[in-house]
Amino acid sequence: MIELHGYGPLLLDGAWLTLRVAFASVAVGLVFGLIGATAKLSNSVIARGAATAYTAIVRGIPELLLLLIIFYGGSLLLQQIWRSLGSDSYVEIQPFVAGTFTLGFVFGAYATEVFRGAILSVPKGQIEAAHAVGMGRLQVLRRVMLPQVWRFALPGLGNLWLVLLKDTSLISVVNLNELMYNSRSAAGATREPFTFFVAAAVIYLAFTIVSMVMLQYSEKRARRGVRQS
Amino acid sequence: MDFQLMIDSIPQLLVGVWMTVKLVALALALGICIAIPLALGRVSKNPFLWMPVYSFIFIFRGTPLLVQIFIVYYGFGQSESVRESIFWPFFKEAYWCAIFTFSLNTAAYTAEILRGAIQAVPHGEVEAAQALGMPRLLMLRRVVVPRAFRLALPAYGNEIILMLKGSALASTITLLDLTGVARVIVARTFAPYELFLIAAVMYLVLTLIIVRTLKYAEWRLSPHLRPPRYSD
Repeated sequence: MIELHGYGPLLLDGAWLTLRVAFASVAVGLVFGLIGATAKLSNSVIARGAATAYTAIVRGIPELLLLLIIFYGGSLLLQQIWRSLGSDSYVEIQPFVAGTFTLGFVFGAYATEVFRGAILSVPKGQIEAAHAVGMGRLQVLRRVMLPQVWRFALPGLGNLWLVLLKDTSLISVVNLNELMYNSRSAAGATREPFTFFVAAAVIYLAFTIVSMVMLQYSEKRARRGVRQS
Repeated sequence: MDFQLMIDSIPQLLVGVWMTVKLVALALALGICIAIPLALGRVSKNPFLWMPVYSFIFIFRGTPLLVQIFIVYYGFGQSESVRESIFWPFFKEAYWCAIFTFSLNTAAYTAEILRGAIQAVPHGEVEAAQALGMPRLLMLRRVVVPRAFRLALPAYGNEIILMLKGSALASTITLLDLTGVARVIVARTFAPYELFLIAAVMYLVLTLIIVRTLKYAEWRLSPHLRPPRYSD
């Protein structure tokens, strides 16, 4: 076992915050992704254009840069709005909020494509059949579309989740005390950077392994109604 | 918006662009060289070959790039034996640490892409090569690897763009790449919008160039898939 000089709990605290920020980002990201996919499949030229610009821009900008834009730029923007309202107190976006929003925004851009593909994969005949037996729009959505979109989207979303989990480490750059930030503090205090960064790597790897097992299980569950050769 | 500041910072940012391009190009070139043997090891049936390769790939794909780069840049110096070895002049430099980490990281992803492509090479082509009496290495060189490259190109294109985005992490170990330069100027002028937005535009332009080049490469490499052109 590696000697952590009593900094183990600090790392675990950080790991817990990492998980929280990851789950919060996924929640934000799924909303962005669903909106994006709906926009991409809509008949409106403006909505399609906006969604295309969204995905193209996010794919082309480093996550770190986007985080810095949202954290520093967003804080400055709020400050200016605040000042124009006549208050001169100092405002700053919390690292947790900036991080969640950034990662959610990035997740959403990639999820847009995943959802779009999944929605298009539902055979048209099934939707017509559902209408033919007299289902309403919402019923079609709930009973026919969603269960299948979920199944088609799951592998793609799973990959995005694994990417997101690793990207949470970037938020340490704007001083959120998650796993990476805490291992940096411990590394600084003990002058043993190798030990603590490897420990952090092991925890990230453990998260990845657990996620992969759970994803495999839920993919299997989502496939339970499908005939397989 | 301070447009004058934006225009004034362009020359400095372009120096950063050059650093980013150097980092990405060198890492990709080294990455490919490492990835090809890795991919061949990964599809091998010998467990002493595929198991270590698989662990390497798994570890690099399962941990954040930021952790990897910190382990190399800050971590390696912890051990006396590294500091006294002949590699120390190499690992002392942030630049080489970044190149080292990026190459291994992209090699792990590329190996996995190539593995998929190698397994997608039609079996008949391999059999045909064997029937012609090609030795294994010649067959790999003439049939499997070129074919796999064509099949891997779209996925590899994504990897290039991910590497470009990942290279921004070089700024966390004091390197002055595009993000690094922007951060330095922001710290001096406190004009985050101006600098970060212009840096973002530069990244977008780089991405666009990569995407266009890849489209062209794909078109060049698949003459047999193009619709025939009729003269009249």
